[in-house]
Amino acid sequence: MIRFLNLLFAPGFFQNTQVMNALLLGGVVAAISGVVGVFVVIRGQSFVGHAIADFGGAGAAIAVLMGINTLWGFLGFGVLSAAVVELMGDRAREHDLATGIVLSVALGVESLFLYLDTHFTGQAGAPMMILFGSIFLIKPSTVSIVVALTAATTVIIITIYRPLLLCSIDPDLARTRGVPVRIVSLLFIVLLSFVVAEGSFIIGALLSTALLIGPAAAAIRITHKLGLAMLYSAVLGTLAVWIGIVLAYDSFLWPPVRRGWPVSFFVCALILLFYLLTRLREKLPGSGIMMVRRVT
Amino acid sequence: MLDAGIFTQSFMIHAWIGGTIVAILSAFIGFFVVIRGSSFAAHALPQAGFAGGAGAVLLNINPLCGLAAFAVGGALLIGYLGDKERNDVITALTLVATLGAGALFLGLTNKYATGAYALLFGQIVGVSSDQVVATAFIGIVCLLCLAFLYRPLLLASVSREIAEARGVPVRLLEICFLVVVGLATAIIVPVVGALLCFSLLIGPNATSVYLTSSPGKAMALSLLISLVTVWISIVLAYISGWPIGFFVSMTGALLYACARAVHYFRVKNIRLKAGIIQC
Repeated sequence: MIRFLNLLFAPGFFQNTQVMNALLLGGVVAAISGVVGVFVVIRGQSFVGHAIADFGGAGAAIAVLMGINTLWGFLGFGVLSAAVVELMGDRAREHDLATGIVLSVALGVESLFLYLDTHFTGQAGAPMMILFGSIFLIKPSTVSIVVALTAATTVIIITIYRPLLLCSIDPDLARTRGVPVRIVSLLFIVLLSFVVAEGSFIIGALLSTALLIGPAAAAIRITHKLGLAMLYSAVLGTLAVWIGIVLAYDSFLWPPVRRGWPVSFFVCALILLFYLLTRLREKLPGSGIMMVRRVT
Repeated sequence: MLDAGIFTQSFMIHAWIGGTIVAILSAFIGFFVVIRGSSFAAHALPQAGFAGGAGAVLLNINPLCGLAAFAVGGALLIGYLGDKERNDVITALTLVATLGAGALFLGLTNKYATGAYALLFGQIVGVSSDQVVATAFIGIVCLLCLAFLYRPLLLASVSREIAEARGVPVRLLEICFLVVVGLATAIIVPVVGALLCFSLLIGPNATSVYLTSSPGKAMALSLLISLVTVWISIVLAYISGWPIGFFVSMTGALLYACARAVHYFRVKNIRLKAGIIQC
């Protein structure tokens, strides 16, 4: 048994503070991403969610150039751009294009500053760190900031849970009931940008979408109850990140280059695997969901 | 202020030819991307291609092969898994799946992956003479496919129901279109970079939609805008040495903002005139 555990968790796994920090942060961020992700999927805002991460990347690139914590870059630009996108386009089609144009500006700025980073700060790894994440390199001082931010997000989500749910499912009904739909959407997108910023910070700007959308999409396929879907989604996301960290820690001895495979790769692969499994389950004859679908 | 080298050096000649082909191609493909509202797919496929490019750098083969394989593979995956209502979720998942692979490829590449970063941000000096030939060839293939698909695709984009009623195989058509976009991104990415490929695809068309409403005129206008954007960007990138993608996106966004302003004042004028007549 102990030999098996040793095989699974390479020696020193539980003594390493960086790994412990990564587990804590990864778990917290994956859980909140899972909950917010369910709202994102039912509101059809995957593109916006992904776009915010790229905006954040531009902010992080500037932060590296200025020598401050990249988390502030992710957060500042994420919130700013989310508000701009929300205010710019009203109708669905314009929304798509408005997001696209603002996104392309952000990506332009991002590529310029990443280029400047590699040339002027001597940090050749900066693009890799911002785009694909560096969960093991997070400073302990940042951990408490992320945890506090997550706590604040959770409190706000719980407070606006019911009106938000109503706005997401049926905006017209919400309007007739007197819910301020515009304000709720704006508030939600700001929360979304908090969560995306945290996700980008731990697994990279390009990949934070994996944490946001993947577990939620899988969870919605397992159950039709939204509250339950949020729980499943949080659990799936956390599992993916934890297993990913364990595998990444183990992979330091794997070929071909003995310096470890990226955590982000394992997380993405696991999330995709979960999603495909839920799809497969739906296709099996006699599965519960299939019957529910037929009845309704 | 310009030296003659910008037109005579051999890598610049390649850049001009490659850039022009890419500009023409992206104007036509972008037209359909915009009217179909599939910006997200247009954003995801280049990044899928980038992952393939990183894999090609790892295996030391021609990046164009990796780019094309992953971009077309991503297009097929979106087409295969996608259902009508949750297409954006599928696109997001395809994006992260391929990018996750890209992260692995970059992580495994032992040397500092200059080639891979060039694919991410674009590099005008990155186009070799072989690549110019390949770019021209793939560009022509894509344009021919697009000409072949033009009428049914236009119909399916404007009204899916009518197209289905007429017996057009809409789903197959959608997958074919995504494959063409994937193939096209394989040649656009080496020139303007994976992150900004998307801005060349939607920028010019989003601009021309505000200036004219007839499809023919819009296409011609976006062709013009696309060419101007790429040419200006090549000149600026040559002068400054900064990544070309930055200039592509800035020029595109500037033109878009101008077009929206023009549109706004035009609508305001029409409303004013209508008001006077009513009085």
